[in-house]
Amino acid sequence: MTKHTPNLKAEKILGGVATSQRHDSAHKHVTGTAVYIDDMAEPAGTLHACLGLSTVPHGKIRAMDLAAVRAAPGVVDVLTAADVPGENDISPTGLHDEPVLAEGKVQFHGQPIFAVIAETREQARRACKLAKIDYEELPFVTDIGGLDPLKDKLVTKPLRLQRGDAKEAIGKAPRRITGKMRVGGQDHFYLEGHIALAIPGEDHDVTVYSSTQHPSEVQHMVSHALGVSSHAVTVEVRRMGGGFGGKETQSNQFAAIAAIAAKKLKRAVKLRPDRDDDMTATGKRHDFVIDYDVGFDDEGNILGVDFIFGARCGFSADLSGAVTDRALFHCDNTYYWPAVNAVSAPLYTNTVSNTAFRGFGGPQGMVGAERVIDEVAFATAKDPLEIRKKNFYGPSGDKKGDRNVTPYHQTVEDNIIQRIVADLEKSADYAGRRREIAAFNANSRIIKRGIAMTPVKFGISFTATQFNQAGALVHVYTDGSVHLNHGGTEMGQGLYVKVAQVVAEEFQIDIDRVKITATTTGKVPNTSATAASSGSDLNGMAAQNAARQIKDRLIDFAAEAHQVAKDQVIFLPNRVRIGNEEISFAALVRQAYNARIQLSAAGFYKTPKIHWDRDKGRGHPFYYFAYGAACSEVSVDTLTGEYVIERTDILHETGRSLNRAIDIGQIEGGFVQGAGWLTTEELVWDDKGRLRTHAPSTYKIPLASDRPKIFNVTLADWSENAEPAVHRSKAVGEPPFPLGMSVLHALSDAVASVADHKICPRLDAPATPERVLMTIERVKAEAAK
Amino acid sequence: MSMAAIRNEIRFILNGEDVALADVAPDETLLDYLRLRRSLRGSKEGCAEGDCGACTVLVGRLSGGKLVYEGVNACIRFTGSLDGCHVVTVEHLGDGSGKLHPVQQAMVDFHGSQCGFCTPGFVMSLYALWMREPKPSDAAIEKALQGNLCRCTGYEPIIRAARGISDYGKVAQDPLKRERESIVARLAAMNDGARVEINIDGKRLLVPASVDDLAAILEAEPKATIVAGSTDVGLWVTKFMREISPVVFIGHLDELKSVSEEDGVITIGAGVTYSEAFATLSKRIPALGPLIDRIGGEQVRNMGTIGGNIANGSPIGDTPPPFIALGATLTLRKGTARRTIPLEEFFIAYGKQDRQPGEFVEAVHVPVPARGSHFSVYKITKRRDEDITATLGAFNLTLGADGTVASIRIAYGGMAATPKRAKAVEKALLGRKWTQATVEAALDAYGEDFTPLSDMRATAEYRMLASRNLLLRFLAETQGGTAPLQISRHEAA
Repeated sequence: MTKHTPNLKAEKILGGVATSQRHDSAHKHVTGTAVYIDDMAEPAGTLHACLGLSTVPHGKIRAMDLAAVRAAPGVVDVLTAADVPGENDISPTGLHDEPVLAEGKVQFHGQPIFAVIAETREQARRACKLAKIDYEELPFVTDIGGLDPLKDKLVTKPLRLQRGDAKEAIGKAPRRITGKMRVGGQDHFYLEGHIALAIPGEDHDVTVYSSTQHPSEVQHMVSHALGVSSHAVTVEVRRMGGGFGGKETQSNQFAAIAAIAAKKLKRAVKLRPDRDDDMTATGKRHDFVIDYDVGFDDEGNILGVDFIFGARCGFSADLSGAVTDRALFHCDNTYYWPAVNAVSAPLYTNTVSNTAFRGFGGPQGMVGAERVIDEVAFATAKDPLEIRKKNFYGPSGDKKGDRNVTPYHQTVEDNIIQRIVADLEKSADYAGRRREIAAFNANSRIIKRGIAMTPVKFGISFTATQFNQAGALVHVYTDGSVHLNHGGTEMGQGLYVKVAQVVAEEFQIDIDRVKITATTTGKVPNTSATAASSGSDLNGMAAQNAARQIKDRLIDFAAEAHQVAKDQVIFLPNRVRIGNEEISFAALVRQAYNARIQLSAAGFYKTPKIHWDRDKGRGHPFYYFAYGAACSEVSVDTLTGEYVIERTDILHETGRSLNRAIDIGQIEGGFVQGAGWLTTEELVWDDKGRLRTHAPSTYKIPLASDRPKIFNVTLADWSENAEPAVHRSKAVGEPPFPLGMSVLHALSDAVASVADHKICPRLDAPATPERVLMTIERVKAEAAK
Repeated sequence: MSMAAIRNEIRFILNGEDVALADVAPDETLLDYLRLRRSLRGSKEGCAEGDCGACTVLVGRLSGGKLVYEGVNACIRFTGSLDGCHVVTVEHLGDGSGKLHPVQQAMVDFHGSQCGFCTPGFVMSLYALWMREPKPSDAAIEKALQGNLCRCTGYEPIIRAARGISDYGKVAQDPLKRERESIVARLAAMNDGARVEINIDGKRLLVPASVDDLAAILEAEPKATIVAGSTDVGLWVTKFMREISPVVFIGHLDELKSVSEEDGVITIGAGVTYSEAFATLSKRIPALGPLIDRIGGEQVRNMGTIGGNIANGSPIGDTPPPFIALGATLTLRKGTARRTIPLEEFFIAYGKQDRQPGEFVEAVHVPVPARGSHFSVYKITKRRDEDITATLGAFNLTLGADGTVASIRIAYGGMAATPKRAKAVEKALLGRKWTQATVEAALDAYGEDFTPLSDMRATAEYRMLASRNLLLRFLAETQGGTAPLQISRHEAA
């Protein structure tokens, strides 16, 4: 960007809050000049690593013959667990259940055992193939379908949420249904795969460029693995080519191995796994088996619900405890369960350790809630939307004040789902289209249509309270330009530009005056992962805090220097009015510098109000909730199970949006990703414990031609955050993702039409064409009985 | 047959620069050349298998005097196959003034990028589309983007950008249009009619000067790997790290690129890509148009050849079943000797074809269905576009005046170790009235014809059920009616 000359007469700054400022890197994205880690100029002599992966799902390593690997062309070194100088562990929760490199035993097919370091990446990859490892194979389990969630091995402590006596309520209810549902996992398929580039420094120092959502954790893991202090390790990331949760903990391994090799060999080392290795060796969204037991009356009022959420966690805990917790936190979605019992079962399997993924278990919990709604709707022969509305939490502000306590005993204080759904019902013409679809289906033998509207309520905050803090660092230079740094990472979600907007707004300067800089542990320490949709809430507030400190100093200085009251110092666009005089922001800064005023500040923020007692299952884990709803219509071919999304209407709220363009982008993208999860994205393990869907040729994320044919996304302009979050905005990363549930339920509605809507299809996810066809066949067979 | 002159380097234009490369290994990919050797790092590696499109670049090639630019996947395109081509990467789009290209400006203004990693690939695919079709329909946009994955945006803003590109500039002013004549002249000057032979530490690549030269090379090198579009062989290298030397590139041979029709039979040369065959096949055999549209993404269709789809013998290749149903034949050539066999006889067993050492597929001959006959082909996949077939059925039916089945040929892909005819089903239908009852009675015969496998694409149970249902769909289509019989992404124009 060329040097900017601020307009000193402007009525508004360029790029303040509530403007549709473009992504800060958009120009670089489209020209190919945005630098991702693999695009950085490598230091001279950079070596390349490749991981040697386990070829059995569970076994003891009897012997490892790596002689041929070492002798292969270009190979400089081969690292095994014995080469880890510090702790051979990257467990993010301190359970010591996840090695950097497997030692003695392997617990899933694809587990990294050794790392080849060679002059070129191709040489490292070729050499990897030459390893001879002798295993004593052990029994293994990959699927959770056959496990008992209450008895089988868990990777971490389960959670129970309880309010009222669910068993009694269900037992006394006029009607009762029990059932089981399966919902599949999901690969993140960030377009930029994992990568780490480690550059050794003097003493114990190492700098690691890591594609990570959690630089501080990478720093800590690298320091543990190296056996050095955290101050020796600096982790930096300017941007990721997508994260979605897949780079919250999964970057640790690559960073640790690159750093170990770099320190050992005293050369820069880059580790970029091939896509297949990335998909094989890194964790994914947890798939679940959900057992449900629901009691209700003839009108469809739900009286009690009992859930067991069993999750495939893989061989180690990773974040599975928090993920399965969040599934329980969302087993109510937007519904009030008068009596509820919900338990989680984070199950051990011989598969890669599953991890964070946009929604973090929440969507799986909501899918369970929506299945329960569907069951009750079919049982009472009512439109599922009617059952949904009947069971919503009571509107907030309702004097009666009942029907608003969650299964975790937090009172919902900001509920707006009634208005969201009512508005969307009208704008999408739900009732009219339902009639049209019925008429269409009556005359169409092979193609059937279906429609569904599903709501979303998503809790915002890390449920681990200590993560709800953030830091920022703001420098103002003497020319009035601003250097901005904070602990949040940019993975495409537009965090950097949103925080820059907040800082520009605070100083009342055009956004071009604010330089967004790479996230690094050397500038802002002890940061939380950019996760839980919290990026702009936390870092926006921290940056605002830093800017305000400087601004306050400038006000103090100006008032004193110009002999005016402090309230006579007013920040106008690109200028400051001091008494009756206006000077440019840059001029004031220059004066302040000359007067030796500190022009740099570290900002800090911690989310108020939240607390959580896991043992008791009670607390106020969420600062606020974000709401939305989606209505989708589909066509299904009943001969093959193929389908198309005819139309989707979304009404979603982001409070007083910081940036409408960015927020709508998050909603559109989140919806399509959520729909992909529930439709074509299928993970398949074979009978040898191997993941068979480890590349885009076999794992099918949505294409442009999978998005809804008609796609209307609207922000609820009237909404604002009831809490004083940054400029009264709301988080937007995860909440739109479960809007994809509307597609699953529209498919279910179309399937149900083959039996005149008399049988609940119990359509599981992912609803691939195969699963849709097989469900049609089952429903037809049941109807014929 | 005269011996061609030999040159030991390949020549091409990279963006604005003439390049002569003598040190190119036969398995070096264009993406590695760009990123590692030239530090042109705008093109990204997302999958290294031609599925995500993050590496999309344009390759312009003179064909019959015309210069045509097409998007290709640099990750599976071999550098050695670029002799005589113009490679255009995202770095070449700017005019140097810092002003964005219309495609780029539209992507910025419509918020078409989020993480940005896929964006250069999208820009290049949209660029190719815009040059071809400045005001594309939504159907054309979606087709052009079938080979580009985006995980962030949900595509909607990218589609909006694609619709708006022409508001930002005119194709006629684009540098690739304005400089066309000089590029044509430079490419023509590079073509000295020589065979290219390069040997790097014993790994060899050959670029034949002509089809006769190819025949001569293969007689001398019967074990050579023949590479046309590299959409399959590319993965042997990037995924399996197989040794493929010596490699013979054939994708440039104009003599193998003809599509002609004589006496109701379309002859397709072995070097004809899906994109090149599309116009003729979709016009003369309309059912093949929508099928070709669902093979790979645009980049793969621009590289992959119909001859390669046959020659590699895959049980899930999409062109053999419809061609077999149509009664196609195949011409194979060794030296100067040619033989023509029924296509179905070419596929002997899994991984085994009736191709002798030194022999190559020269052309496939596809009969146009007779007037009044019914021909349909249906491909079933997990995801509608750019997905590999779970099952694919092709049906070629002629009814007698009395409504009985006068002739029927049915062939499937994905149901056996080779593309295979459903002979028992055909037998159960032949001579009978073409009715629901006849078809339902014939369904049991599928069990005689096929014992499909379960894999990550589909279970055996689904493959069998969907395959049987395709016959029911075919019946319904021949019977007409007003209700839709297939889901559709875009209403028929």
